[in-house]
Amino acid sequence: MVTADPAPSLLQMHGIVKHFPGAKALDGVDLDIRAGEVHCLLGQNGAGKSTLIKTLAGAHRPDRGEILWQGEPVTIDSPQKALELGVATMYQELDVVDGLSVAENIYLGHELANGGFLRRGEAHERTRELLRRLGHPEISPSREVGRLSAAGKQIVSMARALSRDAKVIVMDEPSAVLDPEEVANLFRVVRSLSAEGVAIIYISHRLEEIRQIGDRITVLKDGRTVATGLAVADTPTAKLIPLMTGRDVEMNFGGAGSGATSGEPVLGVDGLTLAGVFSDVSFTVRPGEIVGLAGLVGAGRSEILETLYGARHATAGTVKVNGKPLRRGSVPAAVDAGVGLAPEERKSQGLLLDEPVFRNITLSTFARFARGGFLDERAERAAAEEQIGALQLAPADPRRVIRTLSGGNQQKAMLARWLVHGCTVLLLDEPTRGVDVGARAEIYTLIRRLAAEGAAIVVVSSEIEEVLGLADHVLVIADGQVVHSGPADQIDEHRVLDLVMEGTHA
Amino acid sequence: MSENQPATVPAGSIPEGTGLPPTNRDVSASAVRSRRAPRFQLGLGHSLGLIIALVLLVVIGVVTSGERFVGLSNIMVILEQTAVIGVVSIGVTFVITSGGIDLSVGSVMGLATVWASTLATQTMAENSHWIVMVFTALAVGTAAGLVNGILVAYGKVVSFIATLAMLVAARGLAEIISERRTQIVAVEGYLDFFRGDILGVPVIVWIFVLVAVGGWVLLARTTFGRRTIAVGGNPEAARLAGIKVQRHTMLVFTLSGLTAGIGAVMMLARTTAGSSTHGYLLELDAIAAVVVGGTLLIGGRGTIVGTVLGVLVFAVLTNIFIQNNLSISTQALAKGAIIVLAVLLQQRFAARARSS
Repeated sequence: MVTADPAPSLLQMHGIVKHFPGAKALDGVDLDIRAGEVHCLLGQNGAGKSTLIKTLAGAHRPDRGEILWQGEPVTIDSPQKALELGVATMYQELDVVDGLSVAENIYLGHELANGGFLRRGEAHERTRELLRRLGHPEISPSREVGRLSAAGKQIVSMARALSRDAKVIVMDEPSAVLDPEEVANLFRVVRSLSAEGVAIIYISHRLEEIRQIGDRITVLKDGRTVATGLAVADTPTAKLIPLMTGRDVEMNFGGAGSGATSGEPVLGVDGLTLAGVFSDVSFTVRPGEIVGLAGLVGAGRSEILETLYGARHATAGTVKVNGKPLRRGSVPAAVDAGVGLAPEERKSQGLLLDEPVFRNITLSTFARFARGGFLDERAERAAAEEQIGALQLAPADPRRVIRTLSGGNQQKAMLARWLVHGCTVLLLDEPTRGVDVGARAEIYTLIRRLAAEGAAIVVVSSEIEEVLGLADHVLVIADGQVVHSGPADQIDEHRVLDLVMEGTHA
Repeated sequence: MSENQPATVPAGSIPEGTGLPPTNRDVSASAVRSRRAPRFQLGLGHSLGLIIALVLLVVIGVVTSGERFVGLSNIMVILEQTAVIGVVSIGVTFVITSGGIDLSVGSVMGLATVWASTLATQTMAENSHWIVMVFTALAVGTAAGLVNGILVAYGKVVSFIATLAMLVAARGLAEIISERRTQIVAVEGYLDFFRGDILGVPVIVWIFVLVAVGGWVLLARTTFGRRTIAVGGNPEAARLAGIKVQRHTMLVFTLSGLTAGIGAVMMLARTTAGSSTHGYLLELDAIAAVVVGGTLLIGGRGTIVGTVLGVLVFAVLTNIFIQNNLSISTQALAKGAIIVLAVLLQQRFAARARSS
């Protein structure tokens, strides 16, 4: 392990430039990582964080620039090279193989073997040791990884980094899939690693986390380093956000309750049950009202949305839209009734990533732009352009392949899809996941505006603050049960957390 | 992003109705209009590799066989040879674009020729019009495709397995019906029509042209085509957008059965016989043509123009070998090389077309 020098530079990057066809992803990035520090990398989506860590991991080769490892210039031209140096990366899209066991995943690519024959016993033994170090002795080394939760997969990913004896571990939004308890455990592990001299490059959109865990901060914007080596303790948030966005943003949920809630409920959910997942969920949403579902990951929140949308077949209960019951287990019935879902996993559940923006926007309505089965793409594009303008989706080009857009703009395209449809009920599952700080405020404003225009909205979020800030009415879910239902302004974050914890321990 | 309004707009300041302040809309809409690409495009950029390969082959043909190769009659021969495989490949393009595979097209075509020719030789059908044969072949193909589709969409059988089973079973049924004999079609009206010419072009070439144009329109310009691409590109997103994914999958396989049936009608005319051996290994040629054409084997992107070019490349290659009296074995070797070369070229040009 690296020892006591007050500030040895373990890894330095100077003037890193990386082009992709048609775009400059990195345009002069500097980074300086010291042994044993937690170095936070901040920047909006599209600022170049992912490209930078992929460069560091050997997945991309920089066009220009210099990388120094313990003062010596090095070339990281392959993932193997990065691992040999001691740089391990935990990607945001968890890169574990579902069909292999925990131990097989951890030793994937550096299997413990004698002349090609695997030493399974030893691999299991070491895996158990790594998992103990990470505070998860309950995970069995022989467990199939596909059967673990997202949090479990992340533990495996971290154990893999440890098994490589990494000196630098890059963590790309590790807390995105974790609930508060898991985050606390993650921080404990991060602290013990840094005490052993391992440097952590920590990427997160959550500024409060960075306050808790970070030592120094580097801020990227538009592929450039705009600030580096800022000490977390001396840098107020008010200084960071303008660096990231180039403008002043206040974290604002768009004002208090809209007050526009009136009239008969548009959406009525009564006794909705999905056996083994959640039971007896009832609530109503009136036009202009935002109802929030709070709870831990795995409490059944997303499943509630998917069931009332018809993507899962309810075991009992009814969902009524404008008084008419929906057929169970039928997405087309829900869509026809004017219900739209922006799913949790935007990329895998929502978008055709290689198709242009306008076709993604019209994915549920393109039949409307057809005469006798023949599509009128001009009309489709016009409808998409109208929403692109109204939602300030950037870049404002309906022909752009949607993969190249930032998370926030992809989310806007999902919303645009349902606006073109004319939905009266919007189900938003983690609407700001993977959306950077600047764009979050825009999404909040947008959700508020849609409600003000008369939509009935249901929001699910892991961030309690977000649910309380946005919603008029809050349901707290724990272990598939509604443990609290009431106005958002009569409950605070601590009370929600209490309810959530009690529920899981009951 | 930085040109946008401040991100926090107090809820109260939002105007009534559906839009934001008009300034935003004007700016973005005009920015878009100035960049508008031409509306009508065949997507030739993605097919450039194939066009080059085709031109190269034609040059080779001219060099080795001269006038014989470029003569009108030889061109018609090439097109006639392309017609059957071409029509079948159009259907297969849809299946592959939707994320599936159809291995059964060859044997389904064989079964359809046998069924239709049996009808033509049986006494009960002697007095009926030859059009009944056509409908029989189409119905047999469509029915087999429908069975494939139901198995894949509702039975959740992987399409590779479902259509592999159909490949074996349809061949078996064809052998039972025909008692492994070749059944000569002597219905004159049928042969007169399908072996005839219109404006100097053989009828079966016209059929290929119609099916290809129809397929292009269907894939690129209709809701059916859009659904096919969506289902192949991301079935979960398609389902959550309200598309009936299962029903559509079934329809796509049925379409592939129908084109195999059309292929059977043409095959009956070309060979004047129905046989359980018709269409042997045709599925592999069809898949090769589709993939060489640039349709993604994992689904989500398909090109009818590419498929037609792919079929033509193989037909021209075959023709050159026949003109020069080269063996079937060398031909197979060259075919393999062409598949790899065309796909390599394809990837390069497609990447360039995407990034521009």
